Amino acid sequence: MNKSILMVGVGGQGTILTSKIMSEGLLRQGYDVKMCEIHGMAQRGGSVTTQIKFGDKVNSTVIGTGEADVLVAFEKVEAARYLHCLKQGGALIVNDLEIYSLPVLSGAAKYPANLEEKLAEKFPQAKIMNANETAKELGNEKVQNIVMLGLLVKTLELEEIDWESIIKEYVPQKFHDMNIQAFQAGIKYIKEENHANL
Amino acid sequence: MKQLLTGNEAIARGAYESGCHFATGYPGTPSTEILENLAKYKEVHSQWATNEKVAAEIAAGSSAVGARTIITMKVVGLNVAMDPLMTASYLGVRGGLVFIVADDPGCSSSQTEQDNRMIAKFAKIPLLEPSDSQECKDFMAFAFEISEKFDVPVMIRMTTRVCHSKSLVEVGERKEVVISPYEKTQKYCSSPGLARKNHARLEKMLVELEEYSNHTPINHIEWNKKDIGIITSGVSYQTSKEAFGDNASYLKLGLSHCVPKKMIKDFAAEVGQVYVIEENEPLIENEVRLMGIDCTGKDKLPNLYELTPEILRKSLLGIETEATNTIDEEMPPRPAVLCAGCPHRSMFYAVSKKKNAVAANDIGCYTLGMVPPLSVTDTIFCMGAGISAGLGMDRALRISGQKKKVYGFIGDSTFFHSGITALIDAVWNNHNIAICIMDNRSTAMTGHQGNPGTGYNLSDSDGPMINIENIVKAVGVPEEKIRVVDSYDLKAAIQAVNDAEAYEGVFVIINKGPCALLKDVQKERADMKCRIDQDKCTMCKSCMRIGCPAVVIKDGKVSIDESSCNGCTLCMQVCPFNAIEEVKR
Repeated sequence: MNKSILMVGVGGQGTILTSKIMSEGLLRQGYDVKMCEIHGMAQRGGSVTTQIKFGDKVNSTVIGTGEADVLVAFEKVEAARYLHCLKQGGALIVNDLEIYSLPVLSGAAKYPANLEEKLAEKFPQAKIMNANETAKELGNEKVQNIVMLGLLVKTLELEEIDWESIIKEYVPQKFHDMNIQAFQAGIKYIKEENHANL
Repeated sequence: MKQLLTGNEAIARGAYESGCHFATGYPGTPSTEILENLAKYKEVHSQWATNEKVAAEIAAGSSAVGARTIITMKVVGLNVAMDPLMTASYLGVRGGLVFIVADDPGCSSSQTEQDNRMIAKFAKIPLLEPSDSQECKDFMAFAFEISEKFDVPVMIRMTTRVCHSKSLVEVGERKEVVISPYEKTQKYCSSPGLARKNHARLEKMLVELEEYSNHTPINHIEWNKKDIGIITSGVSYQTSKEAFGDNASYLKLGLSHCVPKKMIKDFAAEVGQVYVIEENEPLIENEVRLMGIDCTGKDKLPNLYELTPEILRKSLLGIETEATNTIDEEMPPRPAVLCAGCPHRSMFYAVSKKKNAVAANDIGCYTLGMVPPLSVTDTIFCMGAGISAGLGMDRALRISGQKKKVYGFIGDSTFFHSGITALIDAVWNNHNIAICIMDNRSTAMTGHQGNPGTGYNLSDSDGPMINIENIVKAVGVPEEKIRVVDSYDLKAAIQAVNDAEAYEGVFVIINKGPCALLKDVQKERADMKCRIDQDKCTMCKSCMRIGCPAVVIKDGKVSIDESSCNGCTLCMQVCPFNAIEEVKR
């Protein structure tokens, strides 16, 4: 059975890089992989989505209503915007972060209050973590995307893949350590959470 | 060895492997990365052209001398290249000539959703539709072969999802193709007499192409259950497989013009019901229906937007997948905006204060000048129309006695693409227009390609930099009616707009400042920030009216997001209370 991952975020957050690393890892594990990164005006602060599908043989990269096994949202409003794509019983991973779009900044639209609580209420199993805070503690907010990668890898139980070597191929050498720490922080977050549940 | 490549990377790889000598085109999403990737192979000379028409003519000339040549463009680029395409079809090729056209079903970044497969039919040229990256690579080699075999340019029609999806590709080695010495010929001199002969040649070629289409392995049948037989092409093949799996048989067309009529007839005779599944227009379906074969297609499927497995399941199988839990609340939209530190902002801000302004705008980042709160823009048609549509607006406003000032916005690359002819028209016809050339030293929206003003191109980094101001002067705009403005100097922008408003005639403002996303600029300005002194801030929100995404309101206070601010100081320049200061991070 093929699995589908939908990643959503805001231009500049590194969703595409995360998807590339994820796809490369799945490829090395021997899966047929397809990844789609439609990125029209994304760099100018718009919504960005990437789709990854993997399994024995993948056809379409489109993920429609109720089709994603995992929804990885790098921002809360984007999580809510694409919730309808999540499969019944699918996994939800959310970065507890608010990025205000211009309509919100100018007062033409409102950023919903307490979105993380609403998401947690609808999805008690959701993994909601402030990856930006963790990344900041590690020294650079930008590695929040690799924290998210760690959450995703742990959720899909794909830790046996050599992620660290792939991460090293995709990021500049001087940031290797920070990115690997970020990845481990994502993995560890879920481990600790599971422990607490026991 | 298998690699994970996008369709665009695979086209580049295919061109490289199949001995392509020369590649040109004009940047445009979703096609841009084809040439950018091809430039990595030094065996192929790759260069951006000023526009798609020029690119197609360069490519046609290169083919006439015998080089295997490709030309790339986005969906609407083909509209610009139509003239050379039509004639190149009549005249034929010497070296294989391939038009790679990236359509955009769903309009993720284009102003029309036109299905350019119809143009292949109209131009009477072979049409190839790859459905994944492996096919992009394989079809590229095949395109050169049939171009040379049938003496005609070939179109490879890509779509956004094929261009931007990565899938596995078996890569190989380059096969060199030698260009034989040029011998004088008049084969490529179009004239009415030759056109009549060539039209007849094309019609004969199409008969041969159709016969060929019945036997080429890139048109093939996959037999599964025979209750439903699906005829499909391009990405719709993947969409169909996702929705129907092994519950249908497939006639998959790689070469969809000309369609293989015999193959279609035989396939239709074997299956219970024929479905034709294709995105946008019913190109294949019309052919099937003309053959008298009963089929299901656009009677049940939309010709709008991308076709998805979800749509196929719902429309053809009556299956609806239920959404999981959703949050019953409207989410705020997240439109693209001018970036923090964008050099275009000051000019739009200056014009936004003019209540009698009417503005024509163009295709590029400055399109975003239309977004509130700046909201400067009345028309956006196509490349170049930022000037020319403004001329028409000026004429009609004056004919009807309406006192308005027309502004025309155009980028640097766009100016070179098709703005210069419009500027000449403005001068020639005594128009009254203020033309703002937004020179950010880059073709920014598509990812910072070079243009004639930057001096660099794909294979060369030291070309001459063509000076926009000199062009403006050369076509007859007097020097005193030209302003070159530093884009971070709001006072100069306002002064220039005031001067333009006071003048009746062609006035040109060159708004100069490099794109804030250029690597060098980001490096240079990495430590430059603005900060609001909360003791002085009166919450008048003047700084919020420049529409900068770095100026945010949080917990009842206006502040500046220092991670995105690049210290352009525009907010500081509009603050009436001197509450904003420049800081070094």
